[in-house]
Amino acid sequence: MEAAAVPAAGSSRASAAIGWLRANILWLLLVAALAVLAAINLGRTAEATQTGISTGAIYALIALGYTLVYGIIELINFAHGDVFMLGSFVATSLFVSIAPSGKLGLGSIILTVLAGLLVASFATATLNVLIERVAYRPLRNAPKLAPLITAIGMSFILQNVGLLWHTGAVGVPDLINSQHVVFTIGTVSVANSDIFAVAVTIPVLLALSFFVSQTRYGKAMRATAQDADAARLMGINVDRTIALTFLTGGLMAGTAGVIYALYNTTVRFDSGFTNGLIAFTAAVMGGIGNLKGAVVGGLVIGIIQANSDAVIGEQWQSTVVFGILVLVMVFKPEGLLGEPGREG
Amino acid sequence: MEAARAFFKPISDALGRVPSIVWKLVLLGLAVLFPFVVNPLFGDLTGGDVLQHGVEALGYLMMALGLNIVVGFAGLLDLGYVAFFAIGSFVMGWLASDQFYGAHIHFGVADALAKFDPHGIHINFIVIVIVAAAFTMFWGAVLGFPTLRLRGDYLAIVTLAFGEIVPRFFENLPTLSNGQKGITPVDHVYLPGIDPTAFNYPLTLKPVYFVALVMVLVVLFVNVRLRDSRLGRAWIAVREDEVAAAAMGVNLVRTKLWAYGFGAAFGGFAGAFLATFRNTVNVANFDFGQSVFILCMVIIGGMGNVVGVIVGAIVLYTVNNTVLPHLNSISSSLHVAIDFPSISAGIFGFFMLAMMILRPAGFIPSRRRKIELTHGELVEDTPLFEVRQ
Repeated sequence: MEAAAVPAAGSSRASAAIGWLRANILWLLLVAALAVLAAINLGRTAEATQTGISTGAIYALIALGYTLVYGIIELINFAHGDVFMLGSFVATSLFVSIAPSGKLGLGSIILTVLAGLLVASFATATLNVLIERVAYRPLRNAPKLAPLITAIGMSFILQNVGLLWHTGAVGVPDLINSQHVVFTIGTVSVANSDIFAVAVTIPVLLALSFFVSQTRYGKAMRATAQDADAARLMGINVDRTIALTFLTGGLMAGTAGVIYALYNTTVRFDSGFTNGLIAFTAAVMGGIGNLKGAVVGGLVIGIIQANSDAVIGEQWQSTVVFGILVLVMVFKPEGLLGEPGREG
Repeated sequence: MEAARAFFKPISDALGRVPSIVWKLVLLGLAVLFPFVVNPLFGDLTGGDVLQHGVEALGYLMMALGLNIVVGFAGLLDLGYVAFFAIGSFVMGWLASDQFYGAHIHFGVADALAKFDPHGIHINFIVIVIVAAAFTMFWGAVLGFPTLRLRGDYLAIVTLAFGEIVPRFFENLPTLSNGQKGITPVDHVYLPGIDPTAFNYPLTLKPVYFVALVMVLVVLFVNVRLRDSRLGRAWIAVREDEVAAAAMGVNLVRTKLWAYGFGAAFGGFAGAFLATFRNTVNVANFDFGQSVFILCMVIIGGMGNVVGVIVGAIVLYTVNNTVLPHLNSISSSLHVAIDFPSISAGIFGFFMLAMMILRPAGFIPSRRRKIELTHGELVEDTPLFEVRQ
C-alpha cells in the first residue's frame, strides 16, 4: 500500500503487481490454505474438497436467491433460507407419498425426482412471490431498516410453519441410493449423491445464466437492478420485474431444497436458518449482486467448510463460516468477484 | 389505516397532555406494588409463582434498554445482542461458582458460603455486576470496531455473525463454559448486611425482585441521562445523518463505539443478574431467537423512546411467558394440537411484520423518530440506513 501511494520512479510495474496482489489477496489466501492442508494430509483434503463441492453446489443455488434479490432491491431476504427449507419439505412429502421405501425402477426414479423438482420449485417460487407482495412491497420506499425487520419476521414465521409441519428431523426416501460409490480416485470416493448434486445444479445454472443475460425479462431485471427509476422511465414494469426476480430466486431455492433432501436424506425445520446464513455468506463472498460470484462463493464456502470440519471439527463450523463472513464484509465488502464501491 | 390513525389521535393527544412526571410515578408505583398483588391477581393463570416471571422480565427490560441505545438512539441495527447477554452471564458464572474449581477465592460473600464451599471463585454480587458491565462494555467496543465502516444491512449481518460466534465459542471451550451442561449452580445474590436466606429464590422472590428493580432504575437513570447528554445528542445526530453529523464535528468513531459500549454494558449487567437468578449459565440459552426477542421489545415499543421500550419489554415478555402457555391450555381443551410456546418465534415474527407495515415507529414512538420515519417517505434520499454513500 505504501508503494502504491508513493510511486517511486520506474516502480509502475511493482505497483501494478501490488495492485494485483491486493485485488486477488483472498484467492491467494484460499489457495495457500488449501496447499498447506494438502501438504499435511493430501487424502483428507481431497476428500473434504470433494464433499465441499457437492454441498457448495447447494449453497450456490441458495446464494443465487439472495444475490438476485439483493441485486435488485438491496434487501437481505432473510426468509430465503426458510423458503429453501419449505422446498425440501414439499419434496420430501412428495417422495414419501410416491415411494415410501425408496425402491423404484430407474425410469420411475427419474420421473419422481423430476416431479419433485417441479413441484418443490413451483411451491417455493409461489411462496417467494407472495412474501414479496405481502412483506416487502408495502415497504418499498421506507427506510432500509423496515424491510430488513419484516424479512426477519417472515423468516421466523416460515420456520415455525416448518416446525408445525414436522417437529423433528424427517427421513427422506433414499431414491438415488445416495451412498452408492460410483468411482474412486485415490482416497476420494464419488457417490451417487455427489454426482446428483452437481448434475442438477449445472443445467439450472446454465438456464439461469441464459435467462438473465439473453432474454427480455433478464434484461429488464438487470436494468432495474442498475437503476429502478430509469428502468421505469424506459417502460419497464418495475414491480413485475421485482416479482419475477423473487420467482426466479424461489425456483433456485426449491431446486436446492430437492437436492438437499436427497443428498442429506433428512430434513429439519431449522435447516433453513443455518444453510441460509451460510449461503448468504457465500453470496457476500462472491460479491453480492453478482450471479457468477454467488456460484463461486458457494463452492468456495463449501470447500472451506468441509475442510474446516475435517481439520478442526464440526463444532467450529459456524464460528469458521461466520468468521469468514465478518472478515469479508469488513475487509473486502465487494467480495471475490464483485465490483468495488457498492459498500463503504 | 387512516381510520385507525383518526381513531387513535384524540386518545394519544389526551395522553400527551398528562405531565410526564405523573407517568413516571405511576409506573414506579406499579412496579413497587407488583410483587404484593401479582400472585393474588394472576396466580391461577400460570399455576406457578408469577413473580418469577416478573423478575425475569426486569432482566429482559434492562437488556431492551441497553439495545435501545444501539438501535434506538444511535440507529445501528444490532442483530447479535445475545453475545453481550452471554458474556455478562459468563462473567457471573466464572466469578460466582465452582467453575474454576482449583481456585479458592472468596470476596465479600457470606461466611457460610466460604466455609462450606471453599472451591472456585466467589465474589460479591455487586462487584460482579459492575465487573460484568465493564467487561461487556470492552467487548462491545471491540466487536463494534470492525463494523464502523459498515452501514445498514451489512452492519446488521456482521452483528448477527458475532451473535452466532460468541456463544459457539464458549460452547467449544468447556473450561470456560462447562460445555452443554453449563455452569450451575451459580451463587445467589448476597448483599452485606442482609440475611442471605432472604435471597432464597425461587422460593422467596420479593427481595430479589427489588434488587432487580433497583438495577432497572439504575439502567433507566443512566439511559435517560445519556440520551440527554452531549453524547446522546451525538448519537441522534449520527442516526439522522452521518455525513452531516461528521461535518458538524461529531467524532463518528468515538460516538459509535460509545453506543456499542454502553449498549453492551447493560446487556452484560442484565446477563449477570439473570445468570444468578436462573442459577445456571448455559450456552443453549443464547441463540439468535433471544437477540430477536430483545430487538422486538425495542421495535414494538418504539425505537428510541425509553417509555416505549419499557412497555414493549413488559408486554412482549408477558405475552411470551404467560399468555402463550395459557393459550396452550385453551387449544388443548379445543383439541387443536398447536403448541403455542414452541411457535412463539413465529408469532413474534408476525408481530414484527405487522408492526413494520402498519406502524413502523412503534406503539409509543419517539417524537423525533416519528418525524424521521414519516418524512423518509417524502424526501427522496432516506438518510437512515442508506447503504450507498
